[in-house]
Amino acid sequence: MRGLLTNTFLTALVSGGLLAGVPLLFGSLGETISERAGILNIGLEGMMLMGAYAGFIGALYSDSPWVGLLAGIAAGAFTSLFMVVLCVRLGLDQIVIGIALTLLAEGITSVLHGAQFGVTYPRLGAVSLVTIPMLSRIPVLGHSLFSQPLVVYLGFAVVVLTHWTFRATNVGLNLRAAGEKPEALDAAGVSVTTTRSWAVLTTGALAGLGGGYISIVGAGIFVPFMTNGAGFISIVIAMLARGRPLWVIAGSLLFGMSLSVATALQLAGINIPTDAVHMLPFATVVLALVIFARQAYLPAALGVPYVRGAR
Amino acid sequence: MTETSVAPEVTLPPGARHGRGGEALEALARAIIPVVLALLVGGLLLLALGRNPLTFYGGIVRTGLLSPIGLQDSVTRMAPLLLIAVGLIVVFRANIWNIGIDGQFLLGAAMAAGFGPPLARAVPPGLALVLLCLIGAVVGAAWTLIPAFLKARYAVNEVITTLMMTFIGINFANLLVKGPFRSTKTLVPQTDVLPFGSMLSYVPGTRIHVGIFAAVVAVLAVHYVMARTSFGIRLDVLGANPRAAVHLGLAVRRLTVISFLLSGALIGLAGAVEILGVWGYVRADWNPAFGLEVVPLIFLARLNALASVPFVAFFAVISIGGDYATRQAGLPTDFLLVLVGLVLFFMAVTEYLRARQALARGRPSLGLAPTRQGGSE
Repeated sequence: MRGLLTNTFLTALVSGGLLAGVPLLFGSLGETISERAGILNIGLEGMMLMGAYAGFIGALYSDSPWVGLLAGIAAGAFTSLFMVVLCVRLGLDQIVIGIALTLLAEGITSVLHGAQFGVTYPRLGAVSLVTIPMLSRIPVLGHSLFSQPLVVYLGFAVVVLTHWTFRATNVGLNLRAAGEKPEALDAAGVSVTTTRSWAVLTTGALAGLGGGYISIVGAGIFVPFMTNGAGFISIVIAMLARGRPLWVIAGSLLFGMSLSVATALQLAGINIPTDAVHMLPFATVVLALVIFARQAYLPAALGVPYVRGAR
Repeated sequence: MTETSVAPEVTLPPGARHGRGGEALEALARAIIPVVLALLVGGLLLLALGRNPLTFYGGIVRTGLLSPIGLQDSVTRMAPLLLIAVGLIVVFRANIWNIGIDGQFLLGAAMAAGFGPPLARAVPPGLALVLLCLIGAVVGAAWTLIPAFLKARYAVNEVITTLMMTFIGINFANLLVKGPFRSTKTLVPQTDVLPFGSMLSYVPGTRIHVGIFAAVVAVLAVHYVMARTSFGIRLDVLGANPRAAVHLGLAVRRLTVISFLLSGALIGLAGAVEILGVWGYVRADWNPAFGLEVVPLIFLARLNALASVPFVAFFAVISIGGDYATRQAGLPTDFLLVLVGLVLFFMAVTEYLRARQALARGRPSLGLAPTRQGGSE
């Protein structure tokens, strides 16, 4: 156990945690927006997977990670369109549609990948890092924290932006009203349907970006089912963060670290079975739920389709 | 029934629907339309990928239904699927979402495979089989305890908790197979193989194991409980309106936990039966992932245990035949997931259209008879 506090271990833990945590950050931020507006988006996993596939294809053919990430955003938003039409506009069951979207995304990405590449997995080039001059010199953690792809910094910026939007703008107020008391929003003359539609679209875009990050920045390849539950973990993070964007950062990094602890432990010379390690993030979630269940908070009108005049 | 016999149903005048025949026809249409649409869209996707959909679907029917061996395999495949189906019906009727099926199934399977060989040596084969099925059921049920508790006590969304537990369960089953249950006789990590004589025997003259009878009994039992007992009605009330259930004085928390445990037990049993009947061992990383594939089937059956049988049969044929057809087409078997997702999707849309139609017909008398039938004179 002597190796646990060495630089290698801490660096691997922190940079690995960031690498695995950033897609969770995008995913759970998206889920936060949609949950606050009253839509429980169980299709997040599917949206992330579509983003991962489209992002990979985009980056592969354009040779640019940015085009890839944009393709991921587009694919995620496109997938969420189904949710907008079926759940927000028509009021269909959000859980059924969410499961359907996830199954469809898993099947379609696997089939498309198989039809195109068979069992080969082409690799993308590494993404260039942006190093922040002074801060990256901080011993131990400086380099792993402040030498990251640009999109990581963007991610944190988007969280702060969302926080500000919820706190200080009319848009944020409308979003929250759509989740807490949609009839009040309607009475104030703002369309609940439109507000929720934009929320779900934003969620899809962010989930797609998170998925794109997984395939383009994180792995550099696309493998079917590669999101491997990241979408579902994001949903839990969003629930535990109780709709507060800044807590989303903390949650994502924590879960990211529990995802990356395996590699870090191996670097420190401690071998534990990979299956045990893969259990860790999910076990953390369950443990967190058991401990903090009382405090998990969900908006009053979550999951309830809005029908004007219905009681 | 084919698509053409369904189409005129939509244009029937409202009154004609109220005969028993009309209702049956409508129920059939509601179940068949989504399947047909899913197959059509799946076919379009195949076309887009440069595959011939007719060859593909033809291959499914030929290998899954028309070849004697394929047909027997399809019936065999129905055993675990039916057990999972009724396992889901007992929770879904109470509007509880246990979607952590794969974890419960795999743990049941891993336990049966791990304890199988030693038990088979220690006790008579019949007793060993019963004990192993029990172990599977108990483990499956145990795996739902945390979600059940969190749902009953703190109303934590069970979709999330069961999913988390399923990820843990899948890895835990692997850990068992690669660790304590690992066979010393093989290079690839797997459990010891159960001797053929200790497995579930075949129905004479076929290669269908008797687990299918266990599944049929489970279907009948669940159907009886849901349709004829007060417990079934309580679950229905809980599912229809949890607040009403509280006001009626139902023990909502206990009902929640019991239906969760029943569900997990049936699904764990499905895992044990699949191992004791078909495989005899569990290989590391084995996961047939039946879970979410069964969900649309029982929705198509409107959460009715008996009605789920034909849908499960249909899917068993697709899944046995699809194995072959996807390989022939050079596609991953995950294509079946696309079909399942599409069925779910079109089912939701069909339901919506039907509900809107009923509402439109029922509006004049809404205050008097706010039933879903509506429009009665």
